Parts: sequence; C-alpha cells; structure tokens
Amino acid sequence: MNGGTPLWVEALTALLVVVGALAALIGSFGVLRLRSFFRRVHAPTLGATVGTWGFTLATAVQVSYERGQLYLHALLITVFIALTAPVTTIFLMRAAVFRGRLRGEEIPVPGTEEPSRG
Amino acid sequence: MRRLIPSPVLSVALLLLWILLMQSVSAGTLVLGAALALFWPAVTVRLRPAPVRMRRPLVMARLFCRVVLEMLKSNAEVAWAILTQRSRDMRSGFVLIPLELRDPNGLAVLAMIVTFTPGTAWAQLSADNRVLLLHVLAIESEAALVALIKERYERSLKEIFE
Repeated sequence: MNGGTPLWVEALTALLVVVGALAALIGSFGVLRLRSFFRRVHAPTLGATVGTWGFTLATAVQVSYERGQLYLHALLITVFIALTAPVTTIFLMRAAVFRGRLRGEEIPVPGTEEPSRG
Repeated sequence: MRRLIPSPVLSVALLLLWILLMQSVSAGTLVLGAALALFWPAVTVRLRPAPVRMRRPLVMARLFCRVVLEMLKSNAEVAWAILTQRSRDMRSGFVLIPLELRDPNGLAVLAMIVTFTPGTAWAQLSADNRVLLLHVLAIESEAALVALIKERYERSLKEIFE
C-alpha cells in the first residue's frame, strides 16, 4: 500500500479478503451446481455470512489502522444483511413450498401429523 | 411515558446505529439521533404486533457466540459438500421439529438464525406455532439436528423472550 502499513495488517486484510471471496465464490458455484430449488436456496448464505464478514472485517482492520482510530461502521453491513437476507430466503421458501405442494410433491405439513421426536 | 417511548430497546438501538453511521458523538449528532430514536418507534408501533421483552444479556451474549461459531462450522460443511458431493448424493430433505417457544419475537429470531445458517432453511411454521418445517441440505442425523436447535437455540431464546 503506502509502505507505512506493517506486514501483519496487510496479511490479516489479505487473509480476510481471500476467505470472504472464497466463501462467496463457492456459494455462487453451489447455486450453479445444486439441482433442486430447495438445495440451491442454501448456497447463497455462504456469501451472506462468511463472505460478507470477511470483506467487512478486512475493511475495518485496514481502515482502522490507516486512520489510527476504530472504523467500525463497515461492520454494520453485516448487521443489515443478517436482518434482511433471511427474510428474502423465507419468502422464496414459502413460495416454493406452496408451488411444490400444488405440483403434488411430497412436502410434510407441520401440525397435521405426530412430529418426529428426537 | 409508554406513549412517548413504546419500545426503549429499539430506541437505544436506533440511537447507537445513528452514532455509528455518523461516526461522531457531537451534540448535533446526538440531538438528531435522539429525535429519530423517539420518532420512528412511536410511528411504527402499530407495525409490531407483540411488544418485545428481552432479558438476560448474558444468555444473549452466549447465544450470539454460539450462533457465530455454528455459522462458521456450517459454512465449512456446506462449502465442502458443494465442492465434493454430487447434488443427487446429498441427503437433503424436510425435517419436522416440535417447538416449545411461543413468543412471536423469539420465533422470528429463531427463523432468522436457522435461515441465515448455511445448510438449514425455515420452510413453514404450523398454524398453532407448535411445529416447524425445516429444509436441510445434508441430513446427517435427524435427532442430532432436532437436539441442536432445541438445546442450543430454543432454550436460550425461551430464557431471553419468555
């Protein structure tokens, strides 16, 4: 960078970015690879969790060091994504469950039979 | 007082959010932040059907750590499954889980936790809120999954919200 950042800061930033990017990449690959909607719906959460965490933590580490003060509001992105992403997923799941039942797929209906006890 | 501040927790959260977003604790930020923190909860009170009562901050902190650890673990497992297993070899399917948690806010948090965790997704809650239908990408042991959700998450959420 500017030559003033110590190696450990750059190494930590790089590690976080690479881990986050890998999670997002594998998640996207999963969307491509998995065969049914109900399986595919699990893949993007990799990007929404570790993917986002990696990038925002990397930003927080790098910028905090460069400015010499805590720079935490990048981490708010993780909070906003955690609040919104599950809502979309649940809506998509509800629609898929509804359509699946219309097509006659075997999807158990909770509350109509004795639930499986652990 | 109840009219003015219908949900103190939400007001405090909004004020903290405002301070973090503005990156300052100057008088102007605090005044505007406090005004917003009083305005929005009062205006949106009708959108929140059940009042939120949260207790036990220690249980909350423990639950938060567990959820983060569990998500890191599931991330690794799901990534590994995507890279190494063929789609049709995965034992994915629906699992029914009996619930004892009744508080709607607690159930909402549980829905967010399981949906945000890679490998599990909330599909349906029975009309009486007693049974949850969960879709799981790779079922290893149904009993272990039910135990995980009931003992790790549901018990803590019951302590916090009920």
